[in-house]
Amino acid sequence: MTARPGLARLTKVELRKMVDTRSGFWLQVAVLGLTVLAVVITVLAGHEDDKTFRHVLSNALQPAGILLPVVGILLVSSEWSQRTALISFALVPQRPRLIVAKLLAGTVLALVATAVALALAALATALAAGNAPHLWSLPLGLLGQDIVYVVTAMVIGIGFGLALQSSAPAIVLYFALPVALAALGSIHALKGVVEWTNSAEALEPLTTTVMSGHEWAQGLVALALWMGVPLTIGMWRLTRRDVG
Amino acid sequence: MIEAEKLTKRFGGRAVVDDVTFRCEPGTVTGFLGPNGAGKTTTMRMICGFATPDAGRAGVLGGSYRALPNPGRRVGVLLDASAQHGGRRGREALAISAQTMGVEEKRVDDLLGLVGLDRAAARKRVRQYSLGMRQRLGIANALIGEPEVLILDEPANGLDPEGMRWMRGLLRDFAERGGTVLLSSHLLHEVDAIADRLVIIGSGKIVAEGSKEELLSDAGTLVRADDGEALGRALAAAGLEAREAEGGGFLVDAEPRAVGVAAQEGGVALVHLAPAGDAGLEQLFFDLTTDNAAEGDR
Repeated sequence: MTARPGLARLTKVELRKMVDTRSGFWLQVAVLGLTVLAVVITVLAGHEDDKTFRHVLSNALQPAGILLPVVGILLVSSEWSQRTALISFALVPQRPRLIVAKLLAGTVLALVATAVALALAALATALAAGNAPHLWSLPLGLLGQDIVYVVTAMVIGIGFGLALQSSAPAIVLYFALPVALAALGSIHALKGVVEWTNSAEALEPLTTTVMSGHEWAQGLVALALWMGVPLTIGMWRLTRRDVG
Repeated sequence: MIEAEKLTKRFGGRAVVDDVTFRCEPGTVTGFLGPNGAGKTTTMRMICGFATPDAGRAGVLGGSYRALPNPGRRVGVLLDASAQHGGRRGREALAISAQTMGVEEKRVDDLLGLVGLDRAAARKRVRQYSLGMRQRLGIANALIGEPEVLILDEPANGLDPEGMRWMRGLLRDFAERGGTVLLSSHLLHEVDAIADRLVIIGSGKIVAEGSKEELLSDAGTLVRADDGEALGRALAAAGLEAREAEGGGFLVDAEPRAVGVAAQEGGVALVHLAPAGDAGLEQLFFDLTTDNAAEGDR
């Protein structure tokens, strides 16, 4: 009865918190709606050769890849902007435990989103009944990359929310930083650095091609940077500073 | 049981909580009284592990709050009634707290009834709640885990007189069953109506502490005369410390007998001579409020 709440229970609570607010609910509806839209447009308007499962899936994952980080940001930053941290940390005073629960909940939601995209893409591919070669082929490596793409997008969002503890700046920075980095990349001397650090660039092949060793190296460096730096800053702020 | 021992917190070099020591025993309702910015909120947040003291220590139930494995089942906390997600329904807000601490969700409905939030209110988003409704939701949230200790920051803020009476009954009942209650307020009459012990804080320091009776007996003597100037001279001549009281007359730091003798020696006819009681407490509190009026909250 007075045992510490287990991580499984805390994860369930965090999943519930992602969908039980008005903004959270509509954000999930938006992800689902846009995924359907992406799939429909691909099979209706796409080139005949593009109506393969592999290609439809790649497009189906984009809404989740773009919007789930926002879900992740809000999952953390709303604790501060809506001031629910005063309740959450009263019930779970070991603050990093609550963040671990949020990361687990985010991962579960990302996997659900990937599964939904897979199902919708399969349905659309079947209904479109195209005759492109390799209609149903999906290399296992690519499926793995798809999962990495969606899950890491969510984790990066949670990191930004945690580092900034404020919704609007976190969302703006999350979308503006890659653009700023890309601009820097146009400077010749910085091009090499940006290739390894800009998530938008380094992770671009994740959903489209089975990545080469070099591409994996660039992707992993960018991911380590984009997940590691905000999460480290965020955890440091969380444990060192007063809450509320 | 709640303990604060030499608790100190500095913000930017200024001590907002300065060497604060007090204890709340089971079976009592302690009112933590002080003007806005006196350090009440910071003290309570240190007790609940939200802020780290710069010196001293705070404890609940014999240990630190953060060491409690499932704090919601031992200590009910309401640190800010407006700290709820505006887009969440009232019932849902309680349900996620219940789930976090492993309490059956059906207790949520019992509590909604207990705090007087009906079915329609429970279905509303918290954004649409009045402050009084948020306070009731916050009290319900604090009570979900059937705790032994309640820590409530400004719980009466926004409640109407009926709500105050209700809270008084609720907290008194909680204390009679052996619970410990600490509640803060910046309004004397709120604490006066609910608490049986007072801890008064001003500018981060404890200025008075004790049962209401003890504090009232220490409050001095209120004396009035038609010729106020002559009375002032008579008191000064007798070497008694006196301050002008609100509403005329003087508040004297002495027993009524000594004040009567001083007036007789000065040849002043009195129209009022009595222990200051509530007036003294109000004066003490009024002095604190005016001293601190310029300083910010927390």
